Amino acid sequence: MTSHVMPAHSDSHSSADNYLTASKGFLSWALTLDHKRIGLMYLIGTMTAMFIGGFLALLLRAEHLSGAPGFVNHDTYNQLFTLHGAIMVFLFIIPSIPGALGNFILPVMLGAKDVAFPRMNLCSFYLWVFGAIFFVGALLTTGLDTGWTFYTPYSTNTSQTNVVLATLGAFILGFSSIFTGLNFIVTIHTMRPPGMTWFRMPLFLWSLYATAIIQVLATPVLGITLLLLAAERMFGLGIFDPKLGGDPVLYQHFFWFYSHPAVYIMILPGMGIISELISTFSRKAIFGYRFIAFSSMAIALLGFLVWGHHMFASGQSEMITIVFSALTFSVSIPSAIKVFNWLATMYKGSIVLATPMCYALSFLFLFTIGGLTGLFLGALATDIHLHDTYFVVAHFHYVMMGGTLVAFVGGLFYWWPKMTGKMYNEFWGQISALIVFVAFNLTFFPQFVMGSRGMPRRYYNYLPEFQVYHVLSTIGAFLLGFGLLLAAVVLIVSLFKGRKAPANPWGAATLEWQCSSPPPLANFEKTPTVGNPYDMQSVVWDPDTESFVRRGDVPIVPDETEQPAHA
Amino acid sequence: METFRNLLDPFPSQQSTFAANVDAIYYFIFWLSTFFFVIIVAMMCYFVVKYRRVEGQEPEKSPSHNTPLEVTWSVVPGILVLGIFWWGFTGYVDMRSPPAETYDINVTAQMWSWQFKYGTGAVDAELHVPVGTPVRLIMQSKDVIHSLFVPVFRVKQDVVPGRYSGLWFEAKEVGKFELFCTEYCGQKHSDMITKVVVHATDEANVTDEVPQTFDKWLEVASDPLEGGRIPLEQAGEKVIGMFGCLQCHSIDGSNKVGPSFKGHFGQQVQTRDGSVLMDENYIRESILEPNAKIRQGYDPKMPSFKGSMKDEWIDAVIAYIKSIQ
Repeated sequence: MTSHVMPAHSDSHSSADNYLTASKGFLSWALTLDHKRIGLMYLIGTMTAMFIGGFLALLLRAEHLSGAPGFVNHDTYNQLFTLHGAIMVFLFIIPSIPGALGNFILPVMLGAKDVAFPRMNLCSFYLWVFGAIFFVGALLTTGLDTGWTFYTPYSTNTSQTNVVLATLGAFILGFSSIFTGLNFIVTIHTMRPPGMTWFRMPLFLWSLYATAIIQVLATPVLGITLLLLAAERMFGLGIFDPKLGGDPVLYQHFFWFYSHPAVYIMILPGMGIISELISTFSRKAIFGYRFIAFSSMAIALLGFLVWGHHMFASGQSEMITIVFSALTFSVSIPSAIKVFNWLATMYKGSIVLATPMCYALSFLFLFTIGGLTGLFLGALATDIHLHDTYFVVAHFHYVMMGGTLVAFVGGLFYWWPKMTGKMYNEFWGQISALIVFVAFNLTFFPQFVMGSRGMPRRYYNYLPEFQVYHVLSTIGAFLLGFGLLLAAVVLIVSLFKGRKAPANPWGAATLEWQCSSPPPLANFEKTPTVGNPYDMQSVVWDPDTESFVRRGDVPIVPDETEQPAHA
Repeated sequence: METFRNLLDPFPSQQSTFAANVDAIYYFIFWLSTFFFVIIVAMMCYFVVKYRRVEGQEPEKSPSHNTPLEVTWSVVPGILVLGIFWWGFTGYVDMRSPPAETYDINVTAQMWSWQFKYGTGAVDAELHVPVGTPVRLIMQSKDVIHSLFVPVFRVKQDVVPGRYSGLWFEAKEVGKFELFCTEYCGQKHSDMITKVVVHATDEANVTDEVPQTFDKWLEVASDPLEGGRIPLEQAGEKVIGMFGCLQCHSIDGSNKVGPSFKGHFGQQVQTRDGSVLMDENYIRESILEPNAKIRQGYDPKMPSFKGSMKDEWIDAVIAYIKSIQ
């Protein structure tokens, strides 16, 4: 394994130059190899996808204000929920944290100049863009009404919509994800500067590493499955359609073999962000560093063994069903470990409810509900009743939206000063966190009750007894949209009115706070000092610069014999 | 207050023999989760208040890990989830192990209706079962994947084309309950709803809601023509109800998934390849070979009823269609 040596400080840039101002013009962005600019472009792209996906969700919820046909018909409704799911999963949740925050932060946090393969990194962004265009193409031509899961044989022999175009889009997006994962694995293995041992890596990097492994190992299966699906639809090959001698349940196995690990592509980086936020805003070393790091790896590996729990009612063999149920419960343990360790980190801390911490605490609340409601679905007897009802819809929104999205927004508020060099309005940031939290529960909690009472998912019409829950949920959804919009406004306003961000506004000890905000083109003016990433007491508040600075600003020479961070 | 309690009550009533066990597992997980959730949130809130930041004051030193503690909170949840798994697993085995003696009903799912067939030849779009009798459903799909779900029974099973899937339950009380399709199956997935009608097995226990015993219902359903004692068009109306035709065809002239039964008989109608006279032969052909001549403006979505609709029932349907013109 080679250690990456930091480039010598270049005098050609003045200290005022940063990655944003280093070069100008459209091409300097379109052809950039700088991970920070690519991260920023990913951010703009995935945020656009999120607001489109969210808008579709609001249309769905508005339709459900009454059980009678409203402003959309059956077909439009089916296309709306399909596009909402497909856009949110493939264009937002999977690429958002690794693509936007990961790309920006990973090399800086690691103390490296860039990712291992900058060109591949740019390529992965363009694959995302082209994949997105294919998806939007499917939307604008004949729509897509298969659900984001593309279940066969409906998708291959019945749906009249543009399944092939959409699967091609997902296929291309898969490569984008593989490239990002590959890049992160190689970067972490080969580009750690002297002193950055595995157990000095911040937990966000551990989580991105675990995520990258899943991206590289699982995504090819989705690619091949979607190609088989397109081949069956175009050439009538009998793979999944029983009329042609295929097996529709085989498709579900293939699909979930990717898509269940993909759930961890979505949530693991979010967990990594939370580890950073809770530690920083409690001014305390993360509790049980090694347990959290290993639990990320455990989740990544166990995540490959539980896909069958999406198919308890599918007619797969009963023996297999029982084995999958048992394995499913094993994943709950590393998740529980993380929650307890985060709590223990706050114990005897010095806690400040800055905006990112508000989102982190909101995550803790919502993710715990998301995780615990998974127990109802992992247990066979109860899953049979709850499967394919709104209970499942509520459960995965608590995990993916209450978990991943809230962590993402928290992380965005946390690293925003680093990315843009601007501080945002703290008060309105906190208000946005509060609105998102309350509105989220109002939207999705009624769905647990509704699902338990038997309301099936993906239903355009519903029975009158469910209306009260649907109305509550719709009100919540609109409030939630408002909360997220407010968060976006707070951030955008900061670009114009925010005061200049210091290098280290929060007092974190990880390396990205050692460079200026925004970082210079090569990330560090001088080689950063690698130490314990959670030694918060190594930085102190300096009222003169309104920033945290290294205590005494004496560089500590990294000591290879020193105990790792958890000791 | 009562309304509020009803709103939060997570379950529809328990109408099958294993519903109570499913609910017991649900409540066990619910209270266990609530217990942990309250502890986690209470600790979180307490820490936020108790250890809030005081400017210029660093937190006192506290350990950054504690292996025995961490092993404890890995192992204890591990044991608890093992218990949940075990209970869920045994409950599932009960659901999947029908008794030796069951009353069997064949189920055909198709976009977007259900067809339940009985040993006597009876067919219906609603599921009729005797109370207190183990019933087994042998299910198949004619097109895409569907899923049969009866919330009050707590049962659900996907119906996958190309193979039979099975399901059993024993209904506890006489009544009418909802039956849903829960696997997305295209345009009218949310309309693929029907009823389970649980009949009494003796006259003493019939109710106003379900006034017939199961045997009586079966006798009538097996012979919608009632041995020729009722007019043919009236029998045809019953057959149309039994087969769920009105899911896709209207009787008032309006267009649904398929063309209306009203207003076309005896006329030349447009098909994809030309036109055809809508007469007795065309109706018969459309029931047995629906895709032979597809009407202009409609998709080839209708399944064939060859083998399940008897010849004299087809005669009755034709008579009914003629009668409503």
